[in-house]
Amino acid sequence: MSQDIATIRVTRYRPEKDGKPFFQEYKVPYRKDMVVLDALNYIKANLDGTLTYRWSCRMGVCGSCGANVDGVPKLTCASFLHEFKGRTIKVEPLPHFPVIKDLVINMDDFMHKLVEIKPWIIRDKESPPEDGEYRQSAEELERYGQFSSCINCMLCYSACPVYGLNEKFLGPAATALAYRYIEDSRDQGKAVRFPIVHEIEGVWECTLVGECSVVCPKGVDPMLAIQKTKILGATNALKSLVMPRGGGK
Amino acid sequence: MIIGGGAAGLRAAIAAAELNPKLDIAIVSKVYPMRSHTVSAEGGMAAVLRTDYDNFDLHAYDTIKGSDFLADQDTVEFFVREAPKEAVRLEHWGCPFSRDPDGRISVRAFGGMSVKRTLFATDKIGFHLLHSLFQTSLKFENIRRYDEWFATSILVENGRVDGVTAIDMRSGDLVSFLAKAVVIATGGCGRIYQFTTNGWIKTGDGMALAYRAGVPLKDMEMVQYHPTLLPNTGILITEAARGEGGHLLNKDGERFLKRYVPNKMELGPRDILSRAEMTEIKEGRGFEGPYGSYVHLDLTHLGEETIEAKLPFVKELAEKYLGIDPAHEMIPVRPGQHYMMGGVHTDIHGYTGLPGLYAAGEVACISMNGANRLGSNSLTECLVFGAEAGIGAAQYATKQAALSFGNPVQGLALEEEKRIYDKVLKPEQGEKISTIRTEMQKAMEEHVGIYRDENNLKQACRLIGDLKKRMKNAVVEDKDRVYNTDLVSALELDFMLDVAETIPYAALARKESRGAHSRTDYPKRDDDQFLKHLVVYQTGTVPRIETMPVTITRWKPEARVY
Repeated sequence: MSQDIATIRVTRYRPEKDGKPFFQEYKVPYRKDMVVLDALNYIKANLDGTLTYRWSCRMGVCGSCGANVDGVPKLTCASFLHEFKGRTIKVEPLPHFPVIKDLVINMDDFMHKLVEIKPWIIRDKESPPEDGEYRQSAEELERYGQFSSCINCMLCYSACPVYGLNEKFLGPAATALAYRYIEDSRDQGKAVRFPIVHEIEGVWECTLVGECSVVCPKGVDPMLAIQKTKILGATNALKSLVMPRGGGK
Repeated sequence: MIIGGGAAGLRAAIAAAELNPKLDIAIVSKVYPMRSHTVSAEGGMAAVLRTDYDNFDLHAYDTIKGSDFLADQDTVEFFVREAPKEAVRLEHWGCPFSRDPDGRISVRAFGGMSVKRTLFATDKIGFHLLHSLFQTSLKFENIRRYDEWFATSILVENGRVDGVTAIDMRSGDLVSFLAKAVVIATGGCGRIYQFTTNGWIKTGDGMALAYRAGVPLKDMEMVQYHPTLLPNTGILITEAARGEGGHLLNKDGERFLKRYVPNKMELGPRDILSRAEMTEIKEGRGFEGPYGSYVHLDLTHLGEETIEAKLPFVKELAEKYLGIDPAHEMIPVRPGQHYMMGGVHTDIHGYTGLPGLYAAGEVACISMNGANRLGSNSLTECLVFGAEAGIGAAQYATKQAALSFGNPVQGLALEEEKRIYDKVLKPEQGEKISTIRTEMQKAMEEHVGIYRDENNLKQACRLIGDLKKRMKNAVVEDKDRVYNTDLVSALELDFMLDVAETIPYAALARKESRGAHSRTDYPKRDDDQFLKHLVVYQTGTVPRIETMPVTITRWKPEARVY
């Protein structure tokens, strides 16, 4: 297979040495089926062992290898080098996150938000495994299915202009996951989760830019989750006004 | 303390937390738990839920026959009985299983299973299982996580476990943890091979940790090669593609499996299918491509709708990484390393024999997979024996008196600090880590592959032995403390070399062919001499091999014909 040479400009930031980030350029020979992550691995193995980034599965499911590729948040394992033929490829850490080193971002904020939305099935009463599975129809599965496909890759937070300005905003992935549990027919925790997603920095901060849904590598539509959560919230609020003694679900 | 945050580790943590809410449970993982390699499992997880046509004995028999009778049958019997409970627990914890019209969890056919018993969530069961377990684990306040901490050694004092040393990758500090009980759940070691489905993180850390702590590794010669990997990347195309009706074809367009497993065809076990592909290729009936020889996986007759509904990830992977639409074009595939049947020796409860040390999941050899694992048994294994190890560790820890950080634990920790910072990180000159790693992978690929013989195995022993010596003079280029992946890679490679070495040594000792272990110089199974486990101990020089009996309960070894 024929080989071309890609020019990669990677953000370097080593907190023990550098006051601020800078770009370093590398030349990488590549074939048609190579991705940006392969180029980073080539650099690490052959040119510069100090280059630092996260990765594992190389098949778009572990969610580790996100970076800003040519200005767009992407999984580096799913960005093909030939798409940038003839141009320098800029690879930067995902925006809106503090940087630990080179391309490695600090995602503590999301990890806290994930716990806040209580991402587990809440039941009034657990039934023992001997009683068998909870039944769920294909339609019930469909209602939350796509939102359970979030791989926590953080691309949506990088694309979200609201999160860029206000890190308290619950944001796309966490809301999609909250909605995933709210809509799961097995879950009975709506009452607990609603106040969390509807508080000041919850869904109402979203300005409907929709970039989150555009960059999601797994076809999740976090903006839709945010919209649906708003509607559910509004309906519930109305119901509690009209039927204050528990007309709501 | 649990090392590893994949399916087995998380299940162990939850089991321990439920057993004793007063225990302080830690998960130390070199990646955020949801990045663990469990995430890549695709096809499904096996459990007998359809009792109208299925039963425990049938699942046990399939598993034992699949193992070429090297599985411990008491372990398998325990496994099949626990499997449905674990599957239902996982469902109760939110796993979005695919459903039948009546709302029950759907089941599909899988290789070596005589009936449909593989539960699935489209073709992303590993991803959904991992996230469901991880998110469920977040509700337990007594599970404390150390994400992106790399465990470097098990501290052993007076013949029992006292703790673990680990590097906090963000600060670069080495920290000693006191722990009354430790569960190793770090998964496999596929990255010792060149062509593998395994993620970058699968470097056999836990196998090496236990091996260095004096625990033997068992059945290490039993390496599973999966028959359907994409030839350029090693990306796995799930067995579910065949479970849903996909065909394997040679270059004559022939379903060649009729010559190898006529009764099972594409649903034959992985070891036999991988060998069949190699034979087709060797006899000139494969395709030649830029990445070597391959055969075809044909899904075109399944139709767009089935592929979309049941195999969306296969479609995504084929489209993205090959530019192929599997509804209309053939997928090129070839066999490659996928799974380790062997691992840290444990008893039926996941106990290693070293007081305080447990292991579960792929890292362990609890002897339920024997010489060949059946597809979709491994995730269930992680749940069943993750829980068992978690409970065992929690019960043991509950009974132990408080530990103190005195000598000699402190001395061990200081020694470990010297090893990492003075011997591994400090040297300014030496050989590149990536060179040694590539040579190890090449040696394993060429000499310890699907077909083995004495010359090749001896060559592998020599090559790995040399690489171990060269490793002592390797250089870590990155000298920073903060998030030093170069240092971690060096420590991982050091682990991998220890683990890799055990494979050709064990393979040399097993002078027969059984399951995934195929010796061209000893092509037959030899129950008289080798119906036993091989266990490998670390010594100052070459590994020492001993044997252990195989437990047979109700199924006498028979010819393995499909």
